[in-house]
Amino acid sequence: MTSGPDPARRRADRRPPTIVPCPDGPILVRGDVTILDDDGRPVPRQRATVALCRCGASTIKPFCDGTHKAIGFTSA
Amino acid sequence: MLTQRVLGQAADLVTDDDVQLALYVMYELFYGGFDGVDDDWEWDPELLGVRSLVETALEKQLLARVAVPDDVPPDRAAVADALFALTAPGPGPSVARFVAKKASREQLHEFLIHRSVYQLKEADPHTWAIPRLTGQPKAALVEIQADEYGGGDPGRMHCELFARTMRGVGLDAEYGAYIEQIPAVTLAGVNVMSWFGLHRRWRGAIAGHLAAFEMTSSLPNRLYGDGFRRQGFGQDVTLYFDEHVEADAVHEQIAGRDLAGALAQQQPDLTHDILFGAATCLYLDDLVGRHLLSAWDAGVSSLRES
Repeated sequence: MTSGPDPARRRADRRPPTIVPCPDGPILVRGDVTILDDDGRPVPRQRATVALCRCGASTIKPFCDGTHKAIGFTSA
Repeated sequence: MLTQRVLGQAADLVTDDDVQLALYVMYELFYGGFDGVDDDWEWDPELLGVRSLVETALEKQLLARVAVPDDVPPDRAAVADALFALTAPGPGPSVARFVAKKASREQLHEFLIHRSVYQLKEADPHTWAIPRLTGQPKAALVEIQADEYGGGDPGRMHCELFARTMRGVGLDAEYGAYIEQIPAVTLAGVNVMSWFGLHRRWRGAIAGHLAAFEMTSSLPNRLYGDGFRRQGFGQDVTLYFDEHVEADAVHEQIAGRDLAGALAQQQPDLTHDILFGAATCLYLDDLVGRHLLSAWDAGVSSLRES
């Protein structure tokens, strides 16, 4: 899936991290953040802004795939 | 004059092949143009006059047919909520479910041919809006579009991923290769994006259109990928769909809140246009879906005979 260096990651490194919990949705992560799996290995990141699953039902965890909308997840 | 006579006789502009193809050709002059056609036609006053007649007639028809929520306050969260409500996944028959469970290889080819009219220039119609926005909505649109264009990697541009999918199933990925087989209803979907995108006065509508488009993408794209996997295609073909499952789950949040929602808060008089753009996207998407499913249920091609 990757082709050469990761340009999204390179640019993202220049920004301090921000974390935005979206109402009834995922957590948006921007900036210099490395996401690690349970074994401490970095999860490949293909884009500058990623959405992390918060409802637990995504099929592409740790990322969001929109399933929260189908299961009526609420964050309130 | 001829244009007015044609428009006057067309019962339904959205499904009129001549009207939609003519409009598509006039818009295409603003994108890639045509081999052998003088670039000056893009700004030819007479041609722009003809285009305006078609746009005015189409606008009249869409305003009469597209239901727009009228009780949404110009508030970032309220507009985002309204857009998520408009686009909430429904239980009825859908192209995505048909593709996932039933579509033959031939129907998958047809599906890609319909999609190619937009997806081979994916993101371009909404990019016209960037210089017409300011502040948060502008930054949000740029954030989405940068990702659409591969984040600086030409090989990851979404249009390029789609071309790879087409080539992977043996189709021609050259832009316009199948244009004569595309029915009016499919052309109408991309024409409306160009209409909203090319007119500053529709900057609210193009923002709302993008929000609705992104909000109805992640879940269907997973099912599209499933359909191609079911028919034995590998990751070279499904990467486009898999990419959209992840990317559009990000984009829908940004488009709903930071683009459309923030634009309504910044320019309250655009709120209705934002919702009109979203509702028009969904209206036309529904018509295309009905067209595909009715053809496939009847065992016939959804394309025009060329």
